[in-house]
Amino acid sequence: MMYLEHVGKYFMMLGRVFRKPQKFRVFYQALMKEIEDLGIKSLGIIMFISFFIGGVIALQTALNLDSPFIPDSLIGFAAKRSIILEFAPTFCCIILAGKVGSYITSSIGTMRVTEQIDALEVMGINALNFLVLPKILAALLFYPFLITLAMVLGIFGGWVAGVLSGLFTGADYITGIQTDFKPFLIVYALIKTLIFSFLIATVPSYHGYYVKGGSIAVGRASTQAVVWTTILIVIANYFLTQMLLT
Amino acid sequence: MIEVKNLHKGFNGVEVLKGISTTFLPGKTNLIIGQSGSGKTVFLKSLIGLHVPEEGTVSFDGRINTAFSQEEKMQWRQEIGMVFQGSALFDSQTVEENIMFPLKMFTEKSQAEMLDRVNTVLKRVNLENSNKKLPAELSGGMQKRVAIARAIVMNPKYLFCDEPNSGLDPQTAIVIDNLIQEITEEYKITTVVNTHDMNSVIEIGEKIIFLNKGVKAWEGTSEDIFSTDNEAVVSFVYSSNLLKKVREVYLNEKK
Repeated sequence: MMYLEHVGKYFMMLGRVFRKPQKFRVFYQALMKEIEDLGIKSLGIIMFISFFIGGVIALQTALNLDSPFIPDSLIGFAAKRSIILEFAPTFCCIILAGKVGSYITSSIGTMRVTEQIDALEVMGINALNFLVLPKILAALLFYPFLITLAMVLGIFGGWVAGVLSGLFTGADYITGIQTDFKPFLIVYALIKTLIFSFLIATVPSYHGYYVKGGSIAVGRASTQAVVWTTILIVIANYFLTQMLLT
Repeated sequence: MIEVKNLHKGFNGVEVLKGISTTFLPGKTNLIIGQSGSGKTVFLKSLIGLHVPEEGTVSFDGRINTAFSQEEKMQWRQEIGMVFQGSALFDSQTVEENIMFPLKMFTEKSQAEMLDRVNTVLKRVNLENSNKKLPAELSGGMQKRVAIARAIVMNPKYLFCDEPNSGLDPQTAIVIDNLIQEITEEYKITTVVNTHDMNSVIEIGEKIIFLNKGVKAWEGTSEDIFSTDNEAVVSFVYSSNLLKKVREVYLNEKK
């Protein structure tokens, strides 16, 4: 019953979020700030992780494919598929759920417990629209770009790892990543990214907005927000994969 | 004028406000006093619409706030200034941005006009040259003054203050009290202050209502509070020996 109540409250919150912004100039400034806070400030960690995980994927594939009957180009092909289909959209979004999700919940939650949200409401501002809509739009606009970058860097990381380790040649790897290239897989990854971005922006906002108590409650809400966002990303990933790829 | 009729509000089946009726007069500093847990904050938040009452009405110059359309509600909210207990300043914004925020949201003023208005209200609360400071760089008293400046920047008709001098030293508390009273008289606004600071009661309480366990137990002026024999008020207001002495002196002088 309690979960149903949360689901209901979450959708009611979305109903208040998706309203016309009260002042477009202020909304635009808030959107730019959120793109910086949620997107640009996450570039470093995503680039770093993508590059090294791409390298690890390529190395592990190479080490596990030691049959002379399997061409080395398969390493590039397998790394490309793993990175585009799962690593970049799903795992990078789970990383973002941890980094950005806790930031969103703690910032909104702190505003709630210090009455800053009440102050907005008293001024006649739709606090949910003002605080959450820029976050959703920032995530939807920026994360597809971020995940595309993660794909490119992951694949590049695989190439670098192969060349440096001598386990396969750069030419074989490039042949592999060009083999059986299906543009739909990129579309599939970006569709997943959009859904996950929406979850990353809204679920932590929900936990922050409805927090009750003090700093301990905000900390607890941040943890819950990360856990629930991750769970929902994993569940959504399963259903999206079944709907889009089977 | 704010008129409250039979206001009821509860949470999870527990009734916090049990039918409060009163009026708050314009150009006067109206005080709500009572012990912690007596329902003062819930009452104040019900007045400004942060809590929706289960029964009863609050009317602002004849307009009932629960009967407003969305547009009327937005308009009404712009007539309200609120000073929260913890100041509730936006901590990522400077003093100037905090005060300018309502102007940005609800007016079409140019940047120069908004800045001019911000400087006017900052001067009014004696905080010139603090424009670029962040709330974290200010003392508690200065934060309260910024909160008052933000509350009056839109020229409100009604000003609400939730324990404006809690956590302040007695000297700063008096400064804040005097500022609230001066602004009330100067702008002819209806001010409602929620407090349990007895100095405020005596200094600025032009009309006082005393809440006890969610009901209005007493109503009067700062003059009346010395002579009342209402037991609940006497035990609350004169809980310190100093105030007991003050009362004795006052009553003796009156005789």
